[in-house]
Amino acid sequence: MRYIEPHGHMVSRTTDDYQAMVAAGCVAVCEPAFWAGFDRGSVSGFRDYYRQLTEYEPARAAKFLLPHFSWLCLNPKESEDLALARDVLAIIPEFLDRPNVLGIGEIGLNRNTRNEMTVLEQHVELAVKHDQLILVHTPHLEDKLKGTNLILDLLSSHRGVKPERVIIDHVEEHTIRRVLDRGFWAGITLYPDSKSSPPRAVDMLETCGRERIWLNSACDWGVSDPLAVPKTAFEMRRRGHSAEVVDAVLYSNPLRFLSQCPKFRLGDSPVG
Amino acid sequence: MTSTPNPQTYTLGSSLARKAVVDGAFIATRAKLIEVAAFLDRVERFGVDDDFRCAALREAAALLIDGKPERARRILEQLSDPTTHPAAKSSGQAALGAWLPPAKEK
Repeated sequence: MRYIEPHGHMVSRTTDDYQAMVAAGCVAVCEPAFWAGFDRGSVSGFRDYYRQLTEYEPARAAKFLLPHFSWLCLNPKESEDLALARDVLAIIPEFLDRPNVLGIGEIGLNRNTRNEMTVLEQHVELAVKHDQLILVHTPHLEDKLKGTNLILDLLSSHRGVKPERVIIDHVEEHTIRRVLDRGFWAGITLYPDSKSSPPRAVDMLETCGRERIWLNSACDWGVSDPLAVPKTAFEMRRRGHSAEVVDAVLYSNPLRFLSQCPKFRLGDSPVG
Repeated sequence: MTSTPNPQTYTLGSSLARKAVVDGAFIATRAKLIEVAAFLDRVERFGVDDDFRCAALREAAALLIDGKPERARRILEQLSDPTTHPAAKSSGQAALGAWLPPAKEK
């Protein structure tokens, strides 16, 4: 089996996780910028983080023969300080030409506030200006439905946004259809206690189609499982889905979306 | 634009696979249902069953046996913030899992 982990926060994982992922069939990992568990206090703190995502972490992954790609942004949890957000967004273009950078993400909303919306709009403008793919985080728990609607309205009203170049992540049963129906890609995140479980993810594939959907573990420093994607493959096979269907969802789908960025390469030759 | 097939037309392949849907998940699901029951008993025993989250959980649980489809979607919607405009400011706290109407905030 082969699969792509399209969303993993590997800077907070151990080398054991890299080994386990590669042993399970992972052929590439993509790492969106996210919250460190505390609010960074300065632009230089973000610059160091972007260097970690574009220099150190790809080198660490390479020791395990795993291609590593990254997305850059300021996380919505840190969007309340508009002045800091403005200064951080100003340095992101310095890193967009780095060889492993795929786009702007994971941007989005956290508590659905006006300031978060302002910073989300700024990120979208940045992505459109630099012709970048976009990865969107949708809020947690009771905030997800409202936040997803706000995000979809914002993105759909922007003439420069191409839905096929945007993935809306962390969808659940109450948000997946509205994301797909507007032409965006949808990401299903597999978490032990929140978001989706492997059985629920397969339910959504069975009831909503599998054309523009990827699965991810979003593994980070919290309760999460870096092997959640291959474990979902087991759930699919147990229900009778063929190995070809598993491959289409876990490998070909993320490959198709990510290959819209010419820098997404596996091995020595372009993929796709 | 949509790629959404009609859920009613989706069929799984083999009878073995259909049987596996129950065999592979029944015990784990049974355990989760008992956890829900035990949780509701526990919050009553500790006198905290009036917490808005416990009330929301009881209301959502009623959807499990209303005989209508898409229970997961409907429970998620019932636990969601139904408002539509961005908040003026952040409450500073993490999401809690159920929506607390502003009128009840202190």
